[in-house]
Amino acid sequence: MRRFFCGSALILAGFISLPVLGQFDLSGEWSPRYHEDQPERIPGPDMVEFQGIPINEAGRLRGLSWSPSLLTVPEHQCKPHPSDYAHRGPGRMRIWNEYDSASQQLIAIHTRLRWQAPERTIWMDGRPHPPEYAAHTWQGFSTGRWDGEMLTVTTTHLKQGWYRRNGLARSDRAHVTEHFIRHDNYLTQIVLIDDPVYLTEPFIRTNNWVLDPRQQIAPYLCDIVVEVERPQGTVPHYLPGQNPFLEEHADRYQLPLEGVLGGAETTYPEFIEQ
Amino acid sequence: MFAMDPIHVRSRSRFGASMRTSMLLAACLWGSGAFAQDGGDGGQGEIGVLPVQGNIFMLVGDGGNVTVQVGDEGVLVVDTLQEEFSDRLLATIRELSDGPIRYVVSTHAHPDNVGGNATIAQAGSNIAGGNVLGAIEDAGETAKIIAHENVLITMSGAETPLPFEAWPTDTYFTDRKEVFFNGEAVQVLHQPAAHTNGDSIVFFRRSDVISTGDLFLTTRYPFIDRENGGTFQGIIDALNRIIDLTVPADRQEGGTMVIPGRGRLCDEADVVEYRDMLTIIRDRIRVMVEQGASLREVLDARPTLDYDGRYGADSGFWTTQQFITAIYEDMS
Repeated sequence: MRRFFCGSALILAGFISLPVLGQFDLSGEWSPRYHEDQPERIPGPDMVEFQGIPINEAGRLRGLSWSPSLLTVPEHQCKPHPSDYAHRGPGRMRIWNEYDSASQQLIAIHTRLRWQAPERTIWMDGRPHPPEYAAHTWQGFSTGRWDGEMLTVTTTHLKQGWYRRNGLARSDRAHVTEHFIRHDNYLTQIVLIDDPVYLTEPFIRTNNWVLDPRQQIAPYLCDIVVEVERPQGTVPHYLPGQNPFLEEHADRYQLPLEGVLGGAETTYPEFIEQ
Repeated sequence: MFAMDPIHVRSRSRFGASMRTSMLLAACLWGSGAFAQDGGDGGQGEIGVLPVQGNIFMLVGDGGNVTVQVGDEGVLVVDTLQEEFSDRLLATIRELSDGPIRYVVSTHAHPDNVGGNATIAQAGSNIAGGNVLGAIEDAGETAKIIAHENVLITMSGAETPLPFEAWPTDTYFTDRKEVFFNGEAVQVLHQPAAHTNGDSIVFFRRSDVISTGDLFLTTRYPFIDRENGGTFQGIIDALNRIIDLTVPADRQEGGTMVIPGRGRLCDEADVVEYRDMLTIIRDRIRVMVEQGASLREVLDARPTLDYDGRYGADSGFWTTQQFITAIYEDMS
C-alpha cells in the first residue's frame, strides 16, 4: 500500500512538472524572412508611401510634414524602433525564458533584436500594467498569456513611434496586441495596433522567422554626432502643401495619388481593384 | 512582491531605482489599488506616488504633479497643488518621510501650483540662527518657500490673494538660485517669459531629475498666460533648455528623468517630441502671419490638426482655439 502511495506521488509529481496548460517554448535564435513587404522593410519605404495603413487625416498630415532630415538632429539619431515596429527591420531575434528558480514558474519571456539592440521583457506572471502616469518606453510594458500554444502579448506605455519609417506617426496612446505562433521551426507574429489618435481602425500586419541555431547577434553601438550645424532647436519639417516628394512614389509606380496617401479604404482589395 | 507599500518604495528609490524598476514598482502599487486611473492625474483627490530615481518621487494629484525630494536632511517639495488638496498632499508626503520639510519651491504663481504652500510650509521648519533668530521671533518656524520674485509680485498683487503664509519667503531675481540639500545640488533655474513671467525649472543634479512646472506637459497644449508675461516662444526656449540639461542613458531613453507639470513621467525623448510639435506649429503659424493672414484664416487653416487628437480640446479651460489665438497674438 505504501509503495502504491509512493508511486502515485511520483506520477503526480511528473504531471506537476509539465508546463502549465498551453505553455509552449518559443526560445531560440530566430532568423527573419522578408518575403512579405520586403521593399518596405529592407530598402525602406518611399516618401509619401502611406497606402495600406488606416491613417486618419491627422496621421496623413503628420506624414506629409515629416522630413528625413529630422534624423540628423542629434536627439533623434539613436532612437531604436519601438517594439510594435522593431520586427519589421533587420529583425534577427533571440528569445529566452526567465524562470523563478524555486517554483520553476515562467516569470518572463525576453527578446533582443539586432538593429539598435532593443531588449524587451514580456511579463508572464500576471502582474498588472502600471498607471498611465508611469514612464513610457520604446519597448513599452508588455504582459503575456498563453492561448493554447499561442502567446498573446498586450503592450501599453509606448513612446510615440511610427507605422512606417517615412514619418507615419503612431501615438503614445496606442495599445498593441501581438500573437506569436510557432509551427515547428517557423515563428509567425501577428501585430494589431489600436491608436485613437492616428488610426480610424486597427492596423494589422505579420512577420515571420525561421529557427537558426547558428545565428549570432552582434553588439550594436550608437554614437550621437553633430552632422549638420544648425541653430539650437531647429526641427526640419515640411510646411503644409510643400512636401517636394508628394507625388514621387505615385509617379514611380503609376499609382493614383489618393491611393498612396493611405487610409482605411486603401487596406482592402476592393480599392486595389478600382 | 505585489503588496509593496510606500516605505518599501522609498528605501528602494534611495538606491537609485532605474526607470524600468520605477515602472515595475508603479505596477505593483497600481495592483494594490493605491491609484485611480484617469489618464494622468490622481482623480477624485487621490494622490498617486511614483518613485523616480535617486531621492525623488513624483506625486500625481488632481490638477498637476508634485516633486518631492527626500533624504537625511529632510524634505523638499516642488509645487503644492490647489489649496483644497493640501491636507491630502501633506499626508502623502508624510508617508514618504517624517523628516522636517525644509523647502517648498514654487515653479510659478498659479493657484494649482501654490495653493498648498501655506499648509506644507507651516508643517515644516527651517534652520535659523545668528542675528536672524534674535530679530525675527518666528524665523525658524516654517519651511522656506523659494520662487522667482515675479511669483511673489503676482501672488501679492492678486485680486483675491492667497494668505500671506503661502507667499514666497526666499525669492531670487537673477537667472538661478542654488541650494545643496540631502546630499545633492538643487538648481532653481529661471526661464523668462514662458508659461508666465516667473517660471522656474528645478534640477536635482545627483538624482538626475528635472521638475519642469507647467513649461512641459503631456496632457495638452501648453497654457500661455500672456496676462502674466507668458509667451509661446518662451515655452519653446524652455523646452530647448530642458533638452540641453538632459542626457539620455542609452538609445535615447532613461538617464535624466523629467517630471512634467501634468501628465506622465518622461525623459528627454518625450520632451523632444513635445518641442518638435510646438516648433512645427510655430513655423506654420509664423508663415501665415508673415503672409498677412487674419486670425480667422489661421484658425480655419487648422495648423494643429495633426496634434489635436493628442493634445487638443474643444472645451474646458484651455481649448485648441485659445492656444492658436495666443500664438497668433504673440506673433502679430
